[in-house]
Amino acid sequence: MAAAPESADSSKGGSFLGWIDQRFPLTSLWKSHVAEYYAPKNFNFWYYFGSLALLILVNQLVTGIFLTMNYKPSSAEAFASIEYIMRDVNWGWLIRYLHSTGASAFFIVVYLHMFRALLYGSHRKPRELVWIFGCLIFLLLMAEGFMGYVLPWGNMSYWGAQVIVSLFGSLPYIGGTLVEWIRGDYYIADATLNRFFALHVAALPLALIFLVVAHVMALHEVGSNNPDGIEIKKYKDAQGHPLDGIPFHPYYTVKDLVGVAGFLLLFCGVIFFAPSFGGLFLEAPNFEPANALQTPPHIAPVWYFTPFYAMLRAVPSFAGTQVWGVLVMGASIVVLFFVPWLDRSPVRSIRYRGPIYKVMLAVFVLSFIALGVCGLKPPSGIYPTLAKVCTILYFAFFLLMPWYTKFDSVKPVPERVTGHA
Amino acid sequence: MLKSSVLITLALFSAGSAMAEEGGIDLQSSGADITNTESLQRGARNFMNYCSGCHSLKYVRYNRMAVDLKISEAQLAGNLMFTGDKSFDTVNSAMPKDAEIWFGKQPPDLSLMARARGVDYIYSFLKGFYADKTRPWGVNNLYLPSAAMPHVLAEKQGLQKPIFKNEPDAHGSARMVLVGVAAMSPGALKPEEYDQLVRDIANFLDYAGEPVKEKRQSMGVFVMLFLLVFFVFAYLLKKEYWKDVH
Repeated sequence: MAAAPESADSSKGGSFLGWIDQRFPLTSLWKSHVAEYYAPKNFNFWYYFGSLALLILVNQLVTGIFLTMNYKPSSAEAFASIEYIMRDVNWGWLIRYLHSTGASAFFIVVYLHMFRALLYGSHRKPRELVWIFGCLIFLLLMAEGFMGYVLPWGNMSYWGAQVIVSLFGSLPYIGGTLVEWIRGDYYIADATLNRFFALHVAALPLALIFLVVAHVMALHEVGSNNPDGIEIKKYKDAQGHPLDGIPFHPYYTVKDLVGVAGFLLLFCGVIFFAPSFGGLFLEAPNFEPANALQTPPHIAPVWYFTPFYAMLRAVPSFAGTQVWGVLVMGASIVVLFFVPWLDRSPVRSIRYRGPIYKVMLAVFVLSFIALGVCGLKPPSGIYPTLAKVCTILYFAFFLLMPWYTKFDSVKPVPERVTGHA
Repeated sequence: MLKSSVLITLALFSAGSAMAEEGGIDLQSSGADITNTESLQRGARNFMNYCSGCHSLKYVRYNRMAVDLKISEAQLAGNLMFTGDKSFDTVNSAMPKDAEIWFGKQPPDLSLMARARGVDYIYSFLKGFYADKTRPWGVNNLYLPSAAMPHVLAEKQGLQKPIFKNEPDAHGSARMVLVGVAAMSPGALKPEEYDQLVRDIANFLDYAGEPVKEKRQSMGVFVMLFLLVFFVFAYLLKKEYWKDVH
């Protein structure tokens, strides 16, 4: 049979792959996003966390599916169904620990991934949308983590939900109605658990996957930044490939494999030897079933929310309302979206920035960690004061950025990337 | 790379230690060891004899427990099951619904007590009863003030008396603070024997809190060994591929 128009390109020959390629851009997608996606050759340690975040996302999706098969989203049965998973389901304990430890690992990896952007200016033009998609992912991840934490229906789940949901009640006029609408009842109840389950297993994961695709597509459109913060597209070889770029596959796939192995060593170390991680990853009061009549002695959110929780508590009530703390907590996330425009430095990477940015970034990181500790502790002793100071420092890092990045000294930026790890 | 990973580990662990309990009377270290099967077997026996009358283990199955603790079906049926349950049932207590009238509250299920409060708490609690005439059962507890539970093991341990110390409050007025307990009248067991008895119970409840714990840890060793080998090969593969990157 004469099928001349089809056999012009040898890669689209009579093979199975050719058959697919004529109907779906499989080979070209593979080439443009993996095999011929040129990434700078000088990625260092900080560049492992993107692929690791993807790995954890897959882990959460897969283990989540298996947990859903055995979990009962009802206030009467949820707690017992978790113990059923832990004791009676074959390998249920492993699936559950992979999921619960994965939640904490997700935040560790994402925090380090975001810190990398602040180190090397990865949010700067033309990567603003990469950063904004990333911030949206972080926001959704917080919602996902919060709702997932409610599902085991332990006493900390219950009271954590109580505290966080009631935050919305401080909004003027609509607060009370809004809280009722979120809970679907007059208190945290079966209806709340049901809707959080729906959001946790269907709505939010779908939105997360969509945003992750958008994040990666935006990145591949503009190309990756690197520790020197310079564009590699400026110097290209005869074929038009960047001289300082290497194909993502196989170079970064094998390199990320090393990162995966290192990560799994730590991750499995926690899963097999300390899955509660001293009460940080699985809190002790959550091994008691939800009890509307008995508050845990000290209510603290899971560790990854504590910096924001500390900021909430650091703001005193004023004019008879607590709403200011809620607004400050909201602003601490919203301000992230503006970082690409707040940063006015002529250079991207910390390597070529002056001392002011380095000091500000260090102070920011320390105050974020200190806020995390404050949020875990009862609000007594030095912690309330420390939380207030660190809240101010947290915002100072962002709000003063337009000035200190502009006046900070800079070092000359090289034309080509410096070395590779 | 090494420096960064050390920093991350430090940040994590400093946050972890910041979680340590504060205030109150320090718990005693139980020395319970989940890998000590004999201790777990004795703990199961003690639990079924002294505790299960009031406290259930509603997530623990008899036959699973028998397998994990290397107890035969015959021993299980003859020595550990008193309630006419089947071996695939969970450990229920004979306590009727009106226990709340007797004690002021339902004796709690103990399946997850070790995970909620810790093994050391259980060990300390069982050693912390002291004579207190103001309480309905004549005893109070150092680690759970106004405990509703009678001292079931009093015949074994004997009775203890409280030790108070005068610690003036902020305004300088005298205030008696409970700081510990001391032996008052001896029981059937020597103190070390009693410690062992409650250590075994605490150990068994640690098992009950997470039956897979020992298997998880022993399996973890092989997982880590595999991952170490995987790490080495992944690293060598990376080196091989990256030879031509200059």
